[in-house]
Amino acid sequence: MIVSQSLRDSLRRYAPPLAVSVLTLAAWEAIVRIADIPSYQLPAPSLILTTLYEDRATLFASLLVTLKITFGALAAAVLGGALLAILFARWSWVERSFLPFAVILQVTPIIAIAPLLLVYLDAATAVLVCAFLVAFFPILANTSLGLASTNRNLIELFKLQRASAWQELFLLRIPAALPYFMAGLKIGGGLALIGAIAAELAAGASGQSAGLAFRIVEAGYRLKIPRMFAALALISFTGLAIYALLSVLSTLLLRRWHESETSRES
Amino acid sequence: MIVAFAVAPLMTQTLAALRGVGKTFKTGTLALDNIDLDVEAGEFLSLLGPSGCGKSTILRLIADLETPTAGTISRPSPDLISDIGFVFQEPTLMPWASVFDNVYLPLRLRHEKRASAKPRVEEALALVGLSSFAKAYPRELSGGMRMRVSIARALVLKPALLLMDEPFAALDEIARFRLNDDLIRLKQELGTTIVFVTHSVYESVYLSTRIAIMTQRPGRIAAEISIPSGQKRDENFRMSTAYGTLCAAVSARLQAAMGDNA
Repeated sequence: MIVSQSLRDSLRRYAPPLAVSVLTLAAWEAIVRIADIPSYQLPAPSLILTTLYEDRATLFASLLVTLKITFGALAAAVLGGALLAILFARWSWVERSFLPFAVILQVTPIIAIAPLLLVYLDAATAVLVCAFLVAFFPILANTSLGLASTNRNLIELFKLQRASAWQELFLLRIPAALPYFMAGLKIGGGLALIGAIAAELAAGASGQSAGLAFRIVEAGYRLKIPRMFAALALISFTGLAIYALLSVLSTLLLRRWHESETSRES
Repeated sequence: MIVAFAVAPLMTQTLAALRGVGKTFKTGTLALDNIDLDVEAGEFLSLLGPSGCGKSTILRLIADLETPTAGTISRPSPDLISDIGFVFQEPTLMPWASVFDNVYLPLRLRHEKRASAKPRVEEALALVGLSSFAKAYPRELSGGMRMRVSIARALVLKPALLLMDEPFAALDEIARFRLNDDLIRLKQELGTTIVFVTHSVYESVYLSTRIAIMTQRPGRIAAEISIPSGQKRDENFRMSTAYGTLCAAVSARLQAAMGDNA
């Protein structure tokens, strides 16, 4: 009884979006076939899937390159962003001195910085730095906000108990900032991928170090439109996977206590 | 300013003596003016008055969370402060920590190991009747239970002085009555001195051995009333004529004090 109830619930929940997705793909396939649209104009989903399989050696090697850059940049952004936010919270002169730099880096479009970075650094490093710069700021900004919006009464309680500044930081401010950090991480994860792709486009690296963005450009030059779509599909799925991964992580860390991850009825 | 307590021995021990204490906020508001108040060991002192009369500020001055801009506050020993228990208007629990960890916090900040602190944390939870909720998280508890956790946290150090800032104001009447009774029981068991801020005449008469009535703008103590502690505080007392008479008397003094100031 309970099993069938939960089955019915999840059906009601997941069936409509699933049906809409399947129908959209089917309509796309049907339109391409019925109107006889040539594949260099709009490839059918089935052809994109076939291309994905046939070109798997090239495409997945490139995916691996892009993934390495994305996660390398994200890891650096987490370390740098969280650490700098903690320094900002601990000493306000650090915040006053370094925040302007962080803001300047944030407001300058990455695509404009990339060519300069390519002059100074080798292509692979420049791409990594670009992706890092894009992912870094939301993590810094959100973590800073979280560290600063700790419950005032709890801070007074710590003062009353003669807690040291480090105790206040580790036992109070950092746990209180965790939901904000996770929100920043979710944004940063997506931006790291965008930064990596944008920088790859600017760098135009080829050969062994070619990421997915380069595959798109390359396929475009050769008018291999299905391959462009295949590479694009891989990028989309990578973005989705990163978001899903970070959402699961957020739920695991916050589900016992934070409003954002707790269900309403409990 | 805080000076060491060095006057001749008193009949009862004084835990905090305020002399001519004034507090002007940075905005220029005179919050407290010329407050003379002694907190005697073993008493249950209520600060009763309307919102904005500086009751909470007196509590924060005693706790050394703020410094007076005039007058002096003396305490028998400087160590007293770190052993003050403070209960805020809200439960003020850490939502990411279990009930056990919330109560363990004051000991943890004193670098006590979890294992060695465990008996005392469990004892404090037993005092407020929450032994079986040690592993629960604050959001899983009702408002009254959260306040009990907050009280357990304040009691885990066995403080000589417990300061409570309108702790039950946000609770419904049923929960408030229960916590009032619990507080009286805890005070008898532990012998803790309590300074309690409230704007409820009924609550202050039920709980206190002494009530300081305050007026607002600026905050002054208008009257001090001793409540005879002969009768046992329970449901019978709450329904008794004596309680009603006392409430009427205190209410009249409060009205008079506010009238003077209006």
